[in-house]
This record gives sequence, C-alpha cells and structure tokens, in this order.
Amino acid sequence: MHARTDADAPPSWPDEIFAVLERFEVRQVPYVPDAGHSQLIKRVLASSSMRGIPLTTEEEGVALLAGAWTGGQRGVLLMQSSGVGNCINMLSLIPILRFPFLTLVTMRGEWGEFNPWQVPMGSTTQGVFELSGVQVLRASHAAEVPAVLEAAAAQAYNALTPTAVLLSQRLIGAKVFTK
Amino acid sequence: MSKTNLLDRRQVVAALLANRRDVVAIGGLGASTNDITAAGDHARNFYLWGGMGGAAMIGLGLALAQPELPVLVITGDGEMLMGMGSLATIGLQKPANLSIVVLDNERYGETGGQTSHTSAAADLVGVARACGIGDSRAISTMAEVESFAASVHDVRGGPRFANVKIDSAELARILPTRDGTYIVNRLRGDLGFPPI
Repeated sequence: MHARTDADAPPSWPDEIFAVLERFEVRQVPYVPDAGHSQLIKRVLASSSMRGIPLTTEEEGVALLAGAWTGGQRGVLLMQSSGVGNCINMLSLIPILRFPFLTLVTMRGEWGEFNPWQVPMGSTTQGVFELSGVQVLRASHAAEVPAVLEAAAAQAYNALTPTAVLLSQRLIGAKVFTK
Repeated sequence: MSKTNLLDRRQVVAALLANRRDVVAIGGLGASTNDITAAGDHARNFYLWGGMGGAAMIGLGLALAQPELPVLVITGDGEMLMGMGSLATIGLQKPANLSIVVLDNERYGETGGQTSHTSAAADLVGVARACGIGDSRAISTMAEVESFAASVHDVRGGPRFANVKIDSAELARILPTRDGTYIVNRLRGDLGFPPI
C-alpha cells in the first residue's frame, strides 16, 4: 500500500488530467476541495482559460454545468466520493436536459482506508452513478490516467455520455493519520 | 389567505419580463416557472420542472459562460431555501450579469401551502447580503419591481438579489413545455450554438 507523505514528489497524473481538460476546451471547473484534487485545483486556479468555482455542496456543480452548457461552455465537476451522494437528485437534470457531464471523483473508503466513516459512501459511489445513468470509468494506476481521461472526455463531450472517472485511492495514496 | 398589501406574482413577473430584450429567464421549480410562462413563452426561457434548489446555479453557469447577457433567475422561497448555499457560491464569483428574484409567499404552494422558513424566521435578503451579494433588496411595491427590472439589463452592476413578498393566492396553472432537451436546445439555438 502506498501512503501519502509530504516527502513524496508531486505526481504527474494531475498535470496530465489538466492537459486533457485544456485540449477539450473545458471552461468551468466547479469543485468541492479534496486532497487528491489539490494539485489539479491549483492548476485550474492558475489557468487563464479555465475558471475554478468553489461550491458549498457538490449538487451545485451539476446544476452549474447545465447552465454552462446552455451558455455554450463545457465544464467538469471535481469532487470526492462522499460528495456523490450529495448530488443524487440533481443528477436527474443530466438525462432530462441532455448536457455533457464529466466528473472526476477522488475515491475514499477503499484500498487501505483507515477511516470507517468513509466506507459506506465510498462503497456505493459506483452504484449510485450507475443507477443514475452515469457511466463509470476507473483509473487505479498513474500510467493509465491519460488514456482514461481522454476516453472519458471524448465520450462525455462528443457523445453526450454522462461519465464519471473514479480516481482510485490506490492511485492517490491512502490517507493515514495513525501508525 | 390572501393579504391585500402583498403583490400579485403574475404582475410582478410580467413587469420583470415586459421589456426583456435579450434577457435569459430561468424559472425555478414550482409556480415561478408557470409565472414566466404566463408572461409569454420565449426562446430564452429556461423552465425547470425538477432539480429543486438548482435554479440559481443554472443561472450562474449561464452568466459566467455569457458575461454580456443579462441572466435573470426567478424562483420561489422554498426553491431558494433548498439552494441557499448557492448564494455563497454566487457571492464569491460575483457575476455582474446575474440577477435573482425570489417570489416569496412564505409557503410551499405546490404541495398544500405548508409554511416555509421565510414565514417566521429566515430572511433571504439578509442571507444574500451576508453571502457577498451587495445589491440585495426587499421589494414590496410594483415601482420597486419596475426599477429592479430595469437594472437587470446592466450587465456590469450585478450580482443582484431581490426578495419580493407576494400574495399566496393559488392561480390557474399555465404550464410550459416539459421537454428539457427542447428547452435547452431552443435556448442554445437562440444564442447561436449549433446542435452537437
């Protein structure tokens, strides 16, 4: 198991995600912060073409992306697995309004999780998406991140296939507070 | 149930949209979307039949994508209470072209008229102002509605928020289309975006 430590060099996969989003002309990036997304959020906030939009709760981001698309812009929602539960009713907008929906979800509650409170929502994240009509792709290793992101963005933006990419805790590194 | 000193919701919305020009109007789930329909169907109307709590955020996404376009969200007190956090998100982004009007009858009118939090305690104008929306007004006269309607066209002066106390009388339901894909694609077409 890989545990996160401050001594680790920053991984390159968040920069690779940013590059894919840039290439797909993503403009609005609503997010609820998560440690696993922190490097990507920094890139977004420093970008001149993307607007990072902090939310108070994740469901705001679903509605925001519907408005962005109506106004001609693409977006992507960044959140943690626990936030997926907050979105459920708002996900109904996606098939009804038929706008491109892409979300990148950093996973908790799996792969060496130490906090039991993260496990119930982490265990149902994929099921919640699938029941709500959102296709799920997963990236568990740094090497596969660019290809998974590319596929997800292509099907979300070109084919209007609602898509969630689960960034596995195996990829991010399990958060450890205790020995 | 109706009080004579409260405004008529249909008159309020008719006044908000009378001179709409290029305004995009988003109607929150509930009677607000019917009020917008009663004022006249329009390619720039975005009717919500679901997604309760999402109207203001749809407005934010649209306003950020089209900063030269006046975007007007018209919703009810119950819908706004469910999306109250979005006022903080909007207060942070400060989209200068976004205006939000809450038609506040202090009730959940579609579900039997149960009282809402604004009937006794919650002050949405105070919430909006405390969230950073400096131009937040409580409106009680048609003259104030007309003045607000004129300010909506100033796409440099927002975001702005108005809470309008309205009569809770139930009115005839004037229903818009329920086809969400049609609503979005018609609006996108009117803004000049082709189908994918």
